[in-house]
Amino acid sequence: MIDLVELRKHYKALEALKGVSLRVASGELFAYLGPNGAGKTTTIRILTGLTRPSGGRALIGGHDVEKEPLKAKRHQGLVPQHINLDAELTVEENLIIHGRLHRMAASDIRSRIDDLLGYVGLEERRTSLVKRLSGGMKRRLMIARALLHRPGVLFLDEPTVGLDPAIRRRIWSLIKKIQQDGVTVFLTTHYIEEAEFLADRVAFIDEGRIVALDTPRRLMDGLGQWAIDVYRENDMVTRYFPDRESARRYAEEHRDGYTLRRVNLEDVFLTYTGKKVA
Amino acid sequence: MSRAWLAVYLREMLILRRRFFRQLFSWSVAPLLYLIAFGYGMGRNVIVQGVDYLDFLIPGLAAMTSMTQAFAIGSEINIARFYWHIFEEFQAAPMSHVEYVLGEVLAGVSRAVLAGLVIIGLGASFGVVLTYNAYFWGAFVLNSLVFSGLAVALAMLVKSHADQAFMNNFIITPMAFLGGTFFPLAHLPSWAQQMLQFLPITHAASAMRDAALGRTPDPFAYVLLAALGAAAFAGAVFTVDRARD
Repeated sequence: MIDLVELRKHYKALEALKGVSLRVASGELFAYLGPNGAGKTTTIRILTGLTRPSGGRALIGGHDVEKEPLKAKRHQGLVPQHINLDAELTVEENLIIHGRLHRMAASDIRSRIDDLLGYVGLEERRTSLVKRLSGGMKRRLMIARALLHRPGVLFLDEPTVGLDPAIRRRIWSLIKKIQQDGVTVFLTTHYIEEAEFLADRVAFIDEGRIVALDTPRRLMDGLGQWAIDVYRENDMVTRYFPDRESARRYAEEHRDGYTLRRVNLEDVFLTYTGKKVA
Repeated sequence: MSRAWLAVYLREMLILRRRFFRQLFSWSVAPLLYLIAFGYGMGRNVIVQGVDYLDFLIPGLAAMTSMTQAFAIGSEINIARFYWHIFEEFQAAPMSHVEYVLGEVLAGVSRAVLAGLVIIGLGASFGVVLTYNAYFWGAFVLNSLVFSGLAVALAMLVKSHADQAFMNNFIITPMAFLGGTFFPLAHLPSWAQQMLQFLPITHAASAMRDAALGRTPDPFAYVLLAALGAAAFAGAVFTVDRARD
């Protein structure tokens, strides 16, 4: 569904993408993780036609985003990182404009609005001005808008950034539901737990390069099952173990303060890059 | 071409509808002040080029409005681009650059026509009733097309709200006062008259004044405005593509 082949982007001297290649299968929920400035948003902007690549190819549904932009765009919906709704218009007006931009018939737009406002739990807010909605409602409206024209691929760029934990969980269950309805989801995030909870596969990007790509389970198993964070003065060292017993034995040999915990994706990223995701 | 341009146009009109009374007030204030200052202030007995000054002034104000209000679509695009980030919604849609520019340019023309009607209404309230025929509206709409297209083109080049204000102050304001809107160009030195012939507003004001006063305008004005409108439209399509980075 999504193919990136040696994708490159540079802004003057800055190389934002240094030859990114990956393939996302139809119906997959793919998470793209990395710290701020790693190249996550640049990749999504190229895939959605907002930014011109400097080299390589990006395809959606088999259509090259540069050579067949209109065909590629028909297959995709985008929820950008920042709120980009018309605050002076109502919920319904925002959706109508999106439907018309995507050449939908008026009757189809109306029935899709009925369906999607129920889907994202905003049916009571149909005639509300967007500026009267909370941050979580605006996010859900943006997701509804991106789904209005029935895209095969949904790009979610940091969909829960700035939201409180309860609303974040609600957005997660919505994203799961979207995937179960057959939509391919390409998600960027720097919340490790978001990727762990949602993704079928994860790619870690750092300084414009993919440093690891696999299922969350396999990436974590590559390190071990258990981790111990040992605290020494102002430093912390983490060690990984295949089972809890060997981790406990290590802890008993070292009498410094420590925390025993499960290995997570943050450990994977730290191991590959030497830095934290967020 | 699909009808996606209608979505761009519809959005601008919905926003205009929501702000209509504020906008109507805004369209009325400046012309009302000009009419009071230059009409009553200078007295109704001032004759310019053989006509009452208010009769001379109203077509000039209409020409100026066709320019300023059409160009104002650039500020709306600037806000949509840098503040609301709505421009990304258009960029991600399966819509050609021509369709986007068409929607915005027609929105600019519509705003200008509505503001023009306010001028004519205000003029009538001051007792000025002129001929608003097809020649008048033809020049009005063509001038609006020129400045609406220019506004879209420049809105794609600017990098901030401050840049947009700079465009208004250094491009539009001088043209508004020097293009034969408030006084006859014949009062200026010949070199200045020749320079001002390069401004589209000079030809629009002249054609609209001739039409409003019952004279036949110079056809060259229409040809020139149409050519400049087409050039501005093409320039806007080019800069919309450049705005992708």
